[in-house]
Amino acid sequence: MTNSTAERIKGIIDKSDVVLFMKGVPAAPQCGFSAAVVQILSRLAVPFASVDVLSDPEVREGIKSFSNWPTIPQLYIKGEFVGGSDIVREMFQAGELAALLSEKGIVAPTP
Amino acid sequence: MAMVGAEIERLIKTAFPDAQVVVVDLAGDGDHFAARVSCAEFKGKSRVQQHTMVYDALQGHMGGALHALAIETIVPK
Repeated sequence: MTNSTAERIKGIIDKSDVVLFMKGVPAAPQCGFSAAVVQILSRLAVPFASVDVLSDPEVREGIKSFSNWPTIPQLYIKGEFVGGSDIVREMFQAGELAALLSEKGIVAPTP
Repeated sequence: MAMVGAEIERLIKTAFPDAQVVVVDLAGDGDHFAARVSCAEFKGKSRVQQHTMVYDALQGHMGGALHALAIETIVPK
């Protein structure tokens, strides 16, 4: 990974509170694991930014070394790597994901 | 080149000889697996650390030859 890729990734995760690196876009995920995380974030009604790694080969490879995590999707909250789809699902089911979001001051917008 | 379930299980057991490992071929296509790993070495580690230990055991195959592996890590009681 080049330094410029690392800086780009850092810029992306610093720009939004919740960032999901995924395959496809939230409306049309291209992978079941990415779809699962999108579904969970939608259930929690938190706004999130997403990056489609399929349309960005540099980020697709770079994000793996950035986090030292070999797979996609990857979820970041307030710049911190939270996990991939298995961990996000376990945390959601245990109520830990909602707790983490509220601890970080990220709440669903009131309708 | 896809990996077979037995190879996944062997790599994990080599790294964690005391672990209980169950590998399931989810779709029957030799490409989508789930692994449940119960290991005392996970104690005190975060979920990300636990999963990273399993990825490390797979020696770089994850994301390469191994396309999809759902991981569940368990600390035995």
